[in-house]
Amino acid sequence: MSAPTPVELDQPEVAETTFLDRPWVTIVWNDPVNLMSYVTFVFRTYFGYGKKKAEKLMLEVHNDGKSVVSNGSREEMERDVQAMHEYGLWATLEKAEG
Amino acid sequence: MSEGFHRRRKGGAVATFTGFEADLLRSLASQLVELLRNEAAAPATGDDPLESLLDFSGPTAAPDDPVLARLFPTAYPEDEEAAGEFRRFTEGALRDSKAQAAALVIETLEAGGLPPEGGQEGLVVDIELGPPDALTWLRSFTDIRLALATRLGVEEGDEDYWLALPDEDPRAHVYDIYQWVGYLQETLVAAVSPR
Repeated sequence: MSAPTPVELDQPEVAETTFLDRPWVTIVWNDPVNLMSYVTFVFRTYFGYGKKKAEKLMLEVHNDGKSVVSNGSREEMERDVQAMHEYGLWATLEKAEG
Repeated sequence: MSEGFHRRRKGGAVATFTGFEADLLRSLASQLVELLRNEAAAPATGDDPLESLLDFSGPTAAPDDPVLARLFPTAYPEDEEAAGEFRRFTEGALRDSKAQAAALVIETLEAGGLPPEGGQEGLVVDIELGPPDALTWLRSFTDIRLALATRLGVEEGDEDYWLALPDEDPRAHVYDIYQWVGYLQETLVAAVSPR
Protein backbone atom coordinates (compact mmCIF):
# COMPACT_ATOMS: atom_id res chain seq x y z
CA MET A 1 0.00 0.00 0.00
CA SER A 2 1.23 3.47 -0.72
CA ALA A 3 0.52 6.64 1.18
CA PRO A 4 -0.09 9.97 -0.56
CA THR A 5 3.19 11.73 -1.19
CA PRO A 6 3.53 15.16 0.39
CA VAL A 7 4.17 17.89 -2.12
CA GLU A 8 7.84 18.76 -2.29
CA LEU A 9 8.91 22.19 -3.35
CA ASP A 10 12.41 21.11 -4.33
CA GLN A 11 12.22 18.06 -6.54
CA PRO A 12 15.44 16.03 -6.38
CA GLU A 13 17.32 15.49 -9.61
CA VAL A 14 16.44 12.17 -11.17
CA ALA A 15 20.06 11.14 -11.67
CA GLU A 16 20.83 11.35 -7.95
CA THR A 17 18.25 8.78 -7.03
CA THR A 18 18.62 6.39 -9.95
CA PHE A 19 20.77 3.76 -8.32
CA LEU A 20 19.16 4.02 -4.91
CA ASP A 21 15.61 3.63 -6.16
CA ARG A 22 16.17 1.41 -9.15
CA PRO A 23 18.67 -1.17 -8.02
CA TRP A 24 17.63 -4.05 -10.32
CA VAL A 25 17.85 -4.40 -14.09
CA THR A 26 16.17 -6.52 -16.76
CA ILE A 27 18.55 -7.86 -19.39
CA VAL A 28 17.48 -9.17 -22.80
CA TRP A 29 19.95 -11.57 -24.45
CA ASN A 30 20.55 -12.19 -28.12
CA ASP A 31 19.14 -15.34 -29.67
CA PRO A 32 19.39 -16.63 -33.24
CA VAL A 33 15.63 -16.82 -33.74
CA ASN A 34 13.84 -13.61 -32.86
CA LEU A 35 13.40 -11.10 -35.67
CA MET A 36 14.96 -7.66 -35.22
CA SER A 37 11.65 -6.05 -36.16
CA TYR A 38 9.79 -8.14 -33.59
CA VAL A 39 12.23 -7.35 -30.77
CA THR A 40 11.88 -3.63 -31.56
CA PHE A 41 8.11 -4.03 -31.65
CA VAL A 42 8.10 -5.71 -28.21
CA PHE A 43 10.22 -2.93 -26.67
CA ARG A 44 7.84 -0.32 -28.09
CA THR A 45 4.68 -2.18 -27.16
CA TYR A 46 5.54 -3.40 -23.69
CA PHE A 47 7.81 -0.64 -22.38
CA GLY A 48 6.21 2.14 -24.40
CA TYR A 49 9.64 3.23 -25.71
CA GLY A 50 9.87 5.46 -28.76
CA LYS A 51 11.06 4.03 -32.05
CA LYS A 52 14.63 5.36 -31.68
CA LYS A 53 15.16 4.02 -28.17
CA ALA A 54 13.60 0.65 -28.99
CA GLU A 55 15.82 0.26 -32.07
CA LYS A 56 18.93 1.28 -30.12
CA LEU A 57 18.23 -1.37 -27.46
CA MET A 58 17.44 -3.98 -30.12
CA LEU A 59 20.76 -3.26 -31.86
CA GLU A 60 22.61 -3.56 -28.53
CA VAL A 61 21.05 -7.00 -28.06
CA HIS A 62 21.96 -7.95 -31.61
CA ASN A 63 25.53 -6.57 -31.68
CA ASP A 64 26.66 -6.85 -28.06
CA GLY A 65 24.75 -10.01 -27.16
CA LYS A 66 22.65 -8.32 -24.50
CA SER A 67 21.13 -5.06 -23.36
CA VAL A 68 19.71 -3.61 -20.17
CA VAL A 69 16.16 -2.77 -21.20
CA SER A 70 14.64 -1.57 -17.92
CA ASN A 71 15.50 -0.89 -14.30
CA GLY A 72 13.52 -0.64 -11.09
CA SER A 73 12.63 -2.58 -7.98
CA ARG A 74 13.15 -6.32 -7.90
CA GLU A 75 9.38 -6.91 -8.10
CA GLU A 76 9.07 -4.63 -11.13
CA MET A 77 11.96 -6.38 -12.87
CA GLU A 78 10.43 -9.79 -12.20
CA ARG A 79 7.27 -8.53 -13.89
CA ASP A 80 9.28 -7.30 -16.87
CA VAL A 81 11.20 -10.57 -17.18
CA GLN A 82 7.98 -12.58 -17.05
CA ALA A 83 6.50 -10.34 -19.74
CA MET A 84 9.60 -10.79 -21.94
CA HIS A 85 9.28 -14.57 -21.55
CA GLU A 86 5.65 -14.28 -22.56
CA TYR A 87 6.83 -12.51 -25.75
CA GLY A 88 9.44 -15.23 -26.28
CA LEU A 89 12.48 -13.06 -25.58
CA TRP A 90 15.31 -14.47 -23.48
CA ALA A 91 15.44 -12.23 -20.40
CA THR A 92 17.07 -12.35 -16.98
CA LEU A 93 17.30 -9.97 -14.04
CA GLU A 94 20.13 -9.01 -11.75
CA LYS A 95 21.23 -6.34 -9.33
CA ALA A 96 22.42 -3.21 -11.09
CA GLU A 97 26.18 -2.66 -11.10
CA GLY A 98 27.64 0.30 -9.30
CA MET B 1 1.33 -19.00 -51.64
CA SER B 2 0.23 -16.46 -49.06
CA GLU B 3 1.58 -12.93 -49.30
CA GLY B 4 1.45 -12.78 -45.54
CA PHE B 5 -0.28 -10.07 -43.54
CA HIS B 6 -1.47 -6.66 -44.63
CA ARG B 7 -2.35 -3.66 -42.52
CA ARG B 8 -6.06 -3.29 -41.80
CA ARG B 9 -7.36 0.27 -42.04
CA LYS B 10 -9.01 0.24 -38.61
CA GLY B 11 -5.98 -1.40 -36.96
CA GLY B 12 -4.89 -5.02 -36.89
CA ALA B 13 -4.14 -7.12 -39.95
CA VAL B 14 -5.62 -9.38 -42.61
CA ALA B 15 -4.19 -12.39 -44.44
CA THR B 16 -5.24 -15.03 -46.94
CA PHE B 17 -3.93 -18.59 -46.74
CA THR B 18 -4.38 -21.62 -48.92
CA GLY B 19 -6.01 -24.60 -47.23
CA PHE B 20 -2.61 -26.30 -47.11
CA GLU B 21 -0.94 -23.32 -45.42
CA ALA B 22 -3.75 -22.89 -42.89
CA ASP B 23 -3.64 -26.61 -42.12
CA LEU B 24 0.13 -26.45 -41.62
CA LEU B 25 -0.18 -23.49 -39.24
CA ARG B 26 -2.89 -25.29 -37.30
CA SER B 27 -0.72 -28.38 -37.05
CA LEU B 28 2.23 -26.35 -35.70
CA ALA B 29 0.01 -24.55 -33.17
CA SER B 30 -1.56 -27.87 -32.09
CA GLN B 31 1.86 -29.39 -31.49
CA LEU B 32 2.76 -26.42 -29.33
CA VAL B 33 -0.43 -26.78 -27.27
CA GLU B 34 0.29 -30.48 -26.84
CA LEU B 35 3.87 -29.88 -25.75
CA LEU B 36 2.84 -27.19 -23.26
CA ARG B 37 0.07 -29.30 -21.78
CA ASN B 38 1.71 -32.72 -21.91
CA GLU B 39 4.89 -32.37 -19.98
CA ALA B 40 3.05 -30.99 -17.00
CA ALA B 41 4.59 -28.15 -15.07
CA ALA B 42 5.08 -30.48 -12.13
CA PRO B 43 6.88 -29.33 -9.02
CA ALA B 44 10.33 -30.85 -8.54
CA THR B 45 10.03 -33.92 -6.35
CA GLY B 46 12.03 -33.43 -3.19
CA ASP B 47 13.25 -36.03 -0.70
CA ASP B 48 10.28 -35.60 1.58
CA PRO B 49 7.26 -37.41 0.05
CA LEU B 50 4.79 -35.55 2.26
CA GLU B 51 6.24 -32.21 1.25
CA SER B 52 6.09 -33.23 -2.43
CA LEU B 53 2.46 -34.27 -2.13
CA LEU B 54 1.49 -31.06 -0.42
CA ASP B 55 3.25 -28.88 -2.96
CA PHE B 56 0.57 -27.70 -5.36
CA SER B 57 2.55 -24.81 -6.70
CA GLY B 58 4.66 -24.63 -9.85
CA PRO B 59 7.96 -26.26 -10.75
CA THR B 60 11.28 -24.98 -9.44
CA ALA B 61 13.65 -26.76 -11.85
CA ALA B 62 14.08 -25.93 -15.54
CA PRO B 63 12.12 -28.26 -17.88
CA ASP B 64 14.02 -31.22 -19.38
CA ASP B 65 12.72 -30.65 -22.89
CA PRO B 66 15.04 -28.15 -24.65
CA VAL B 67 12.09 -26.40 -26.31
CA LEU B 68 10.36 -25.84 -22.98
CA ALA B 69 13.67 -24.77 -21.43
CA ARG B 70 13.92 -22.10 -24.15
CA LEU B 71 10.29 -21.01 -23.76
CA PHE B 72 10.78 -20.68 -19.99
CA PRO B 73 14.35 -19.44 -19.49
CA THR B 74 16.04 -19.28 -16.11
CA ALA B 75 15.47 -15.75 -14.83
CA TYR B 76 18.35 -15.70 -12.33
CA PRO B 77 21.27 -17.51 -13.99
CA GLU B 78 23.52 -17.08 -10.94
CA ASP B 79 21.06 -17.67 -8.14
CA GLU B 80 19.50 -21.11 -8.17
CA GLU B 81 17.16 -20.49 -5.27
CA ALA B 82 15.78 -17.23 -6.66
CA ALA B 83 15.49 -18.87 -10.09
CA GLY B 84 13.45 -21.70 -8.58
CA GLU B 85 11.14 -19.30 -6.77
CA PHE B 86 10.64 -17.23 -9.91
CA ARG B 87 9.83 -20.36 -11.88
CA ARG B 88 7.42 -21.59 -9.23
CA PHE B 89 5.42 -18.39 -9.47
CA THR B 90 5.56 -17.77 -13.21
CA GLU B 91 5.92 -20.94 -15.27
CA GLY B 92 2.34 -22.16 -14.80
CA ALA B 93 0.88 -18.83 -15.92
CA LEU B 94 3.30 -18.59 -18.85
CA ARG B 95 2.41 -22.10 -20.00
CA ASP B 96 -1.30 -21.27 -19.89
CA SER B 97 -0.78 -18.01 -21.72
CA LYS B 98 1.28 -19.63 -24.50
CA ALA B 99 -1.16 -22.53 -24.86
CA GLN B 100 -4.07 -20.07 -25.06
CA ALA B 101 -2.24 -18.05 -27.70
CA ALA B 102 -1.71 -21.16 -29.85
CA ALA B 103 -5.36 -22.13 -29.30
CA LEU B 104 -6.43 -18.70 -30.57
CA VAL B 105 -4.41 -19.26 -33.77
CA ILE B 106 -6.29 -22.53 -34.33
CA GLU B 107 -9.68 -20.94 -33.58
CA THR B 108 -9.01 -18.04 -35.94
CA LEU B 109 -8.05 -20.37 -38.80
CA GLU B 110 -11.14 -22.52 -38.29
CA ALA B 111 -13.38 -19.47 -38.03
CA GLY B 112 -11.78 -18.38 -41.33
CA GLY B 113 -13.07 -21.52 -43.02
CA LEU B 114 -10.50 -24.25 -42.31
CA PRO B 115 -12.49 -27.46 -41.80
CA PRO B 116 -11.68 -29.67 -38.77
CA GLU B 117 -9.98 -32.28 -40.98
CA GLY B 118 -7.50 -30.83 -43.46
CA GLY B 119 -8.31 -28.41 -46.22
CA GLN B 120 -9.56 -29.55 -49.62
CA GLU B 121 -7.99 -28.44 -52.89
CA GLY B 122 -8.73 -24.83 -53.80
CA LEU B 123 -9.74 -23.84 -50.27
CA VAL B 124 -9.00 -20.23 -49.30
CA VAL B 125 -8.83 -19.19 -45.65
CA ASP B 126 -9.25 -15.47 -45.00
CA ILE B 127 -8.43 -14.21 -41.55
CA GLU B 128 -8.81 -10.84 -39.93
CA LEU B 129 -7.08 -9.91 -36.67
CA GLY B 130 -7.91 -6.97 -34.42
CA PRO B 131 -4.90 -5.43 -32.63
CA PRO B 132 -5.10 -7.64 -29.49
CA ASP B 133 -5.39 -10.86 -31.53
CA ALA B 134 -2.56 -9.73 -33.81
CA LEU B 135 -0.36 -9.42 -30.72
CA THR B 136 -1.35 -12.90 -29.62
CA TRP B 137 -0.56 -14.30 -33.07
CA LEU B 138 2.85 -12.59 -32.98
CA ARG B 139 3.61 -14.23 -29.63
CA SER B 140 2.54 -17.61 -30.93
CA PHE B 141 4.59 -17.27 -34.12
CA THR B 142 7.56 -16.61 -31.84
CA ASP B 143 6.88 -19.71 -29.75
CA ILE B 144 6.48 -21.85 -32.88
CA ARG B 145 9.72 -20.51 -34.38
CA LEU B 146 11.60 -21.00 -31.09
CA ALA B 147 10.32 -24.59 -30.97
CA LEU B 148 11.32 -25.36 -34.58
CA ALA B 149 14.73 -23.68 -34.23
CA THR B 150 15.49 -25.48 -30.98
CA ARG B 151 14.61 -28.86 -32.48
CA LEU B 152 16.77 -28.13 -35.54
CA GLY B 153 19.63 -26.60 -33.57
CA VAL B 154 19.61 -23.27 -35.41
CA GLU B 155 22.49 -20.97 -34.46
CA GLU B 156 23.41 -17.37 -35.19
CA GLY B 157 24.46 -16.84 -38.81
CA ASP B 158 24.12 -20.46 -39.98
CA GLU B 159 21.61 -19.84 -42.82
CA ASP B 160 24.05 -21.15 -45.45
CA TYR B 161 24.33 -24.50 -43.71
CA TRP B 162 20.57 -25.04 -43.76
CA LEU B 163 20.04 -23.77 -47.26
CA ALA B 164 22.78 -26.13 -48.56
CA LEU B 165 21.04 -29.25 -47.18
CA PRO B 166 19.87 -31.67 -49.89
CA ASP B 167 16.13 -31.72 -50.51
CA GLU B 168 15.80 -35.30 -49.26
CA ASP B 169 17.09 -34.29 -45.81
CA PRO B 170 13.94 -33.89 -43.67
CA ARG B 171 15.61 -31.03 -41.83
CA ALA B 172 15.64 -29.01 -45.05
CA HIS B 173 11.85 -29.22 -45.11
CA VAL B 174 11.55 -28.21 -41.45
CA TYR B 175 13.91 -25.28 -42.03
CA ASP B 176 11.73 -24.14 -44.95
CA ILE B 177 8.72 -24.14 -42.62
CA TYR B 178 10.73 -22.23 -39.99
CA GLN B 179 11.66 -19.61 -42.60
CA TRP B 180 8.09 -19.40 -43.83
CA VAL B 181 6.70 -18.76 -40.33
CA GLY B 182 9.42 -16.12 -39.96
CA TYR B 183 8.25 -14.46 -43.16
CA LEU B 184 4.63 -14.45 -41.92
CA GLN B 185 5.75 -12.97 -38.62
CA GLU B 186 7.79 -10.28 -40.38
CA THR B 187 4.75 -9.22 -42.41
CA LEU B 188 2.54 -9.23 -39.31
CA VAL B 189 5.01 -7.05 -37.36
CA ALA B 190 5.07 -4.63 -40.30
CA ALA B 191 1.26 -4.61 -40.50
CA VAL B 192 0.73 -3.70 -36.85
CA SER B 193 3.79 -1.55 -36.08
CA PRO B 194 3.01 2.11 -35.49
CA ARG B 195 4.17 4.04 -38.54
